[in-house]
Amino acid sequence: MKDATLVVAGLLTLSAGTFAFRFSGPVLRQRIAFPPWAERLLEAAAVVLLAALVATTALTKGHGFAGLARPAGVLVGGVLAWRKAPFLVVVLAAAATTAVLRLLGVR
Amino acid sequence: MSSIYRTLAGGTLRDIALACLAVWFIGLSYGAIAIASGFPLWVPAAQSVLVLAGASEFLFIGIVAAGGNPIAAALAGLLVNARHLPYGLALPDMTRPDGTGRGWRRLLASHVMNDESVVFALAQEDLPRKRAAYWACGLGVLLCWPAGAVLGALIGSLIGNTNAFGLDAMFPAVILALIVPARRDRVTVRAALIGAVIALATTPFLPAGLPVLLALAGVLAVVIDRQATRRADRQATRRADR
Repeated sequence: MKDATLVVAGLLTLSAGTFAFRFSGPVLRQRIAFPPWAERLLEAAAVVLLAALVATTALTKGHGFAGLARPAGVLVGGVLAWRKAPFLVVVLAAAATTAVLRLLGVR
Repeated sequence: MSSIYRTLAGGTLRDIALACLAVWFIGLSYGAIAIASGFPLWVPAAQSVLVLAGASEFLFIGIVAAGGNPIAAALAGLLVNARHLPYGLALPDMTRPDGTGRGWRRLLASHVMNDESVVFALAQEDLPRKRAAYWACGLGVLLCWPAGAVLGALIGSLIGNTNAFGLDAMFPAVILALIVPARRDRVTVRAALIGAVIALATTPFLPAGLPVLLALAGVLAVVIDRQATRRADRQATRRADR
């Protein structure tokens, strides 16, 4: 590992900054009286962020395509979730599909 | 904490436990990768407790191991974690189940905010359930992520490649399962689809974290589109009146 002091400084920067992000959202929300339509929009914004997170973590690795096995597993999970399968089934089916595809040599 | 058990249905608690188990597994591979990259045990241990945000920790370890400056790695990690600010804006106050919204509870409520606790809170119908799900999942991740990371660091070489078990498909599946019920709201669905396309299209060119933040433009697109439609409707009515 490189200079330990510098790593500690980086670690503390990341910790403190992340906490600042987590802390300021609720504080802002308390200080500002949002009208109901704005509150709905903010909630929609969180769903949009989560959906983008699903898309990028399912389909990409670094700056490129993640291969077929992972997106296929997530797709199976998504279809099951759409058909109102239990959460446990959705998550395990996604992992199992990806694992089986990789076992068969699909990347 | 007993109020969490009273408020949440057994099914939701079981789902949260499964999500935490998935976090624990990913923690195992995180700890193992950190050790394999040449870090001592205390780095993944301290990060998993203090940062408590998986993607940014993987990125930090990866950049520093590749010879990058740790401060630059921290800034890259912060870009990945910036989404926690809009998460906090989206949620109602999570700190006042019994009138005590100040002090350490507020600090802890902020620290346990993560993708899983936020999505479980959003998926609940009413405020007491949102709070209970948020705390149950947040505290569960606070225990499972460091526990997994430390164990992974200790038994590192025994773990091998966790991707063989499809574990990398679990995180997106967990989040997807919990946002699918939001399909009832058409505006949200359109915004989410536009946002996902923006994030995917920009991933090849932009640093990690930024594509997900740019997805917020999906919300703007829908708002602008709705206002334009409303204006057109009004003009049409006016013309019809004449």
